[in-house]
Amino acid sequence: MTNLLELRDIEKSFATIPVLRRASFELRSGEVHALMGGNGAGKSTLMKILTGVYTKDGGSLVFDGREVELSGPRDAERLGIAMIFQEFSLIPTLTVAQNIFLHHEPRAGGFLNDAEAERRAAGILSDLGEDIDPRALVETLSVGACQMVEIAKALSKNARVLIMDEPTSSLSEAEARTLFSLVRKLKSEGISIVYISHRMAEIFEICDRITVMRDGHDALTRSTGEVTMQQLIEAMLGEGVEASMQYQARPISATAATVLEVENLTLEEKVVDASFTIRAGEIVGLAGLTASGRTEIAEAIFGLRRIRSGEVRVDGKPVRGTDQAIAAGVALVPENRRTQGLVLEHSMHDNMVLPNLARFTRGLFVRDGAGRRAANDAIARLKIRTDGPDKVVGLLSGGNQQKIVLAKWLERRPRLLILDEPTIGVDIGAKSDLVEIIREIAEAGTAVLVISSEFEELLAMSDRVLVLHDGRLIKELEREEIATEEVLHHAIQG
Amino acid sequence: MQSKAETIGGLPVRAPRLTGFDWRGYIVYLFFTAVLLFFAVTIGDKGFLTVPNLFNIARNTAMIAVIAVAMTFVISAGELDLSVGSTAALSALVAALVIQAGFGMVAGVTAALGAGLLVGLVNGLFVTGLAIPSFLVTLGMMQFVRGLDMRLTYTNPVPVADNTFNGIFGKGYLFGIPSLLVWSVAAVALGHVVLRYTPFGRQVLATGGNRVAAAYSGIRVNRTKLYCFLLSGAAAALAGLLFTGMMSTARYNYGTGIELAAIAAVILGGTSLFGGRGTIIGTFVGALLIGTINNGLIIMGLDVSEQNMVAGAIIILAVAFGKKPAR
Repeated sequence: MTNLLELRDIEKSFATIPVLRRASFELRSGEVHALMGGNGAGKSTLMKILTGVYTKDGGSLVFDGREVELSGPRDAERLGIAMIFQEFSLIPTLTVAQNIFLHHEPRAGGFLNDAEAERRAAGILSDLGEDIDPRALVETLSVGACQMVEIAKALSKNARVLIMDEPTSSLSEAEARTLFSLVRKLKSEGISIVYISHRMAEIFEICDRITVMRDGHDALTRSTGEVTMQQLIEAMLGEGVEASMQYQARPISATAATVLEVENLTLEEKVVDASFTIRAGEIVGLAGLTASGRTEIAEAIFGLRRIRSGEVRVDGKPVRGTDQAIAAGVALVPENRRTQGLVLEHSMHDNMVLPNLARFTRGLFVRDGAGRRAANDAIARLKIRTDGPDKVVGLLSGGNQQKIVLAKWLERRPRLLILDEPTIGVDIGAKSDLVEIIREIAEAGTAVLVISSEFEELLAMSDRVLVLHDGRLIKELEREEIATEEVLHHAIQG
Repeated sequence: MQSKAETIGGLPVRAPRLTGFDWRGYIVYLFFTAVLLFFAVTIGDKGFLTVPNLFNIARNTAMIAVIAVAMTFVISAGELDLSVGSTAALSALVAALVIQAGFGMVAGVTAALGAGLLVGLVNGLFVTGLAIPSFLVTLGMMQFVRGLDMRLTYTNPVPVADNTFNGIFGKGYLFGIPSLLVWSVAAVALGHVVLRYTPFGRQVLATGGNRVAAAYSGIRVNRTKLYCFLLSGAAAALAGLLFTGMMSTARYNYGTGIELAAIAAVILGGTSLFGGRGTIIGTFVGALLIGTINNGLIIMGLDVSEQNMVAGAIIILAVAFGKKPAR
């Protein structure tokens, strides 16, 4: 088979930080080629170069035997390269048909021909074997259906290369099955697919070849039949990082006090009848699909959501509302640190003082000196890479920002720390730092609840894992029961 | 997937959309009907229902309607334009001064439209080029242009003696229909077709619905927004001409507060303040609703302070009833 496209020795830096270092990737016609690698390995940057969103600093792109330069998404589209985005990239307020034909609408005498668009959309969708109403507003569709619409949109532009970014991350098992059969169908029609995922089982099931990226370089490319899971993990992790991402048993005394008790918790939305406890010094993982109600449970414990029935107790005392939760020593590190966790325009020192104003205030005035000392302490203790406590937080990397969010709450020495996706968008080095920090927090006697979609990190930290499906806690896995990430994958998909 | 109602943990998450009539999208029509009925019953005998009075409502609504049509585009694209009122006055003065200087009606109208487009261009360039929120750009522009209006003639009114102009833009009739009504219906019809049935309209809705996704689809979102501001400037200029024609005079204070009335009409009509969803017909009914309330309250004999309180309360109520329950 010949190569449909080749990315050769691609280089890319942001500011002065190299993100891609001589990264190469090739794709044959009618091939499903997996692209793997940890956060910050350069997968998405490489794909953004392939789709014309970024321009490369060096290297070459050969498509259909010709060397091409992409100066924007339109150039990639013209070649037939389309990306199916992990996050929502449709217009929610338009219909399915309007989205599929957005900016290449069928026309009749200069006017839009919605009827024709709907007819053609229905044709494409039924070819895909999908039962989606072309006239439905996209905002009313499930995530799985949205993904099908995106695929239909790409096909309507005669795409020859589809890039799928974590396509199953928010799909149910049944939806994922539908997607796999669709991938096989597209492949049989000669369409090439780049399949970005970290789910080994899926990759071994539907991909022909696998490329692993690490540190901005392609570390391995092999046919699926010629590579083992172990080899892939080694290629992804490289040397050195592995140790910190191994679970380290921490003895938790049988007499440790129960800090958090959640009893028959039912919320207005999603969560039904959830009960669990966490003891002092224990790290409990909460696993589940994106919409399974994980965040809702965290927010309910912190008092941000209305509780329909059931109770949350901290140290034996019932807690309702954010004031009571904070008074009882609960801290929440939200999923979106940029909008929910930090004031980006302020310095690190100002951010750290914010939730602890009472402690840093004397009389009417804020004691800046004490805040700065605390910030300097945190920089040293949490290995935060910054010029100093006065640096504006928005200028720091994601990993360092997340450390500051943690530092902010650690100042309070919480009884219960809830972390929602603590390492999202963080590079692998900072990730292992964060895992270390969370372990230290637990060792000091804080009860920790970690929500994460990354099984690797859940397994690295958790003493127990709760599995949430469709708002219900369906399993509680003791450490010994979880041998591999596969067990967790299987569990969360119900 | 459309047909099955989604449930999570046995609780319905979302009512299936296609069954059942969602009356909230049509709240403006219900309110408009209710207000008409109310006035017909209470003040029908005081001349509310006569043809001259209904024409009167249409006439007084024309400027709001014309501006609100363009505002629907601006808001659908996810932006806002507060400078339309003072721009209307600017265009009115420019037209009147050019006509007074003897250059004729065509030159006057052209100059007025040019002034409106210029304001729209500056707004659009600041919003798209420097990424300043349109609320701030157009707030500043509103004040700047109002100052310019006052300075232009040192707040003196400028009479327009050209009767053709006054006829076309204000006092005249076309086949027995007041020309102000003709202008506003023409603006609504054109706006409706452009927003619903042309590629530009679709680009506006896509830009306001999800800017990033629109850009990834190849839509030039900044250019689309710029066109919306140009359209808004042109509509403000037309409103200024209508004010001038109706009064045979241009004044610096025309259009004071009209930007808020227009935004209210747009939102009442069912356009989303956050962009991506817009309806010109709804906007027009929203404008008529505001005009009818003002007219009816005057006939009922309420004084200005009472009119303001009632009109404000009705707007809040209508928007509150039309709001979808928070999920």
